Amino acid sequence: MSLSAGDEYVRIAGRELRSRLILGTGGFANHELLAQACHEAEVDLCTVALRRLDPAARGSILDVLQEVGVQVLPNTAGCYTARDAVTTARLAREAFDTDWIKLEVIGDDRTLLPDAVELVAAAEELVDDGFVVLPYTTDDPVLARRLQDLGCAAVMPLGSPIGSGMGICNAYNLSIIIEHAEVPVILDAGVGTASDAALAMELGCDAVLCASAISRAHDAVAMARAIRHGVQAGRLARGAGRIPRRRYATASTPQTGMPAFDVQGVPQ
Amino acid sequence: MNVTVNGEARLLPAGATVASVVQLLDVAPGARGVAVAVDGEVVSRSNWPQTELREGSLVEVVAAIGGG
Repeated sequence: MSLSAGDEYVRIAGRELRSRLILGTGGFANHELLAQACHEAEVDLCTVALRRLDPAARGSILDVLQEVGVQVLPNTAGCYTARDAVTTARLAREAFDTDWIKLEVIGDDRTLLPDAVELVAAAEELVDDGFVVLPYTTDDPVLARRLQDLGCAAVMPLGSPIGSGMGICNAYNLSIIIEHAEVPVILDAGVGTASDAALAMELGCDAVLCASAISRAHDAVAMARAIRHGVQAGRLARGAGRIPRRRYATASTPQTGMPAFDVQGVPQ
Repeated sequence: MNVTVNGEARLLPAGATVASVVQLLDVAPGARGVAVAVDGEVVSRSNWPQTELREGSLVEVVAAIGGG
C-alpha cells in the first residue's frame, strides 16, 4: 500500500485504526500487566484467542480490554486444518460479535509456520462467508498476492517464526510483498525488540503486531513503550525517505575551500 | 444420555439443551466471549435454549483467553 505524508490512520476494510501497533495478548503474567501494556503501547486493537471454557478462570480478558478501550481481533491460533480454523472463526464471530478474524493455520509445531495450502482454503471459505480476513502468512510474495486476490482485507507476513524474536529474516521478500500489496501489510511475527518494529515500518509495513516481544520482556510495560516508539520512528523514517546505500563513503562536508598546511601540498 | 462436553463424558437427562450445558459450567447468563459448537457446528446464543443434544453429542464450550 502506498504511503503519503500525514496519513496517520491505517484503514482496513473501511475501519480506521488510530495506532499502527497491534498487541497480541498472549503470554502476559496477569491481566493488570496486560492493561498497563495496552495503555503504554497506545494500541486500539488487540488479538484474543478461544479455548475450552475454564470454570475456575477468574475475570474475563474482555472486561480488561473493554476497560482500557481497545477493540478485539479474534484469532484462530493453534488450528492445523482449514476446517478447524473455519469453525474457530465462526465460534469467534459468535463469541465476540465481530466478523474480523486473524486467520492462523499452522503446519508444524516446532516452527509454527503457516500451512499455505490449508491457509488459502480457509481464507477462501471465510471470505465467502463474509468475514474480514487478516491472514498470518509466510513472507512468500506469491502467497501474499494470492491471499490478497481472493479477498483478504490485509496480509500479515511473518518476519521470523512466532515468539522467536529473530526479527525480520528476509527483508527482501517483505519489501516485495509491500511493493505489490493493494491491501495493508502488517508484520505479524518475529519482533524481538523495538528496532525490529522500526525496520518493519521503514520497509513500508502499514502496522506491526507484537505479542511475545512485549509480554515476555523482562519489563513488559517498558518494552510496550519502546516498541510504540520504534513503530513511530520507523514510520517517520519511511515518510522522510532514507538515503540510498552505497559501497563507499560520500563526504557530507564540502571538499572545496580546504586550507593547506603543508608547503609541499599547495592547492592548485 | 451420554454426551461429551469439552472432552469430558457427561450423563445428562434426555432433552438437555445447549443452554443447560452452559449453565452446568457456571457461565453467567449474558457472559461475553463464550461460544458453543455441537458436533462441529456453531450454535448461536439465541438458539441455545431450544437446541437439544442427542446421545453422543460432542459439545465444545469456548471462552476468550489471551493469545497472539
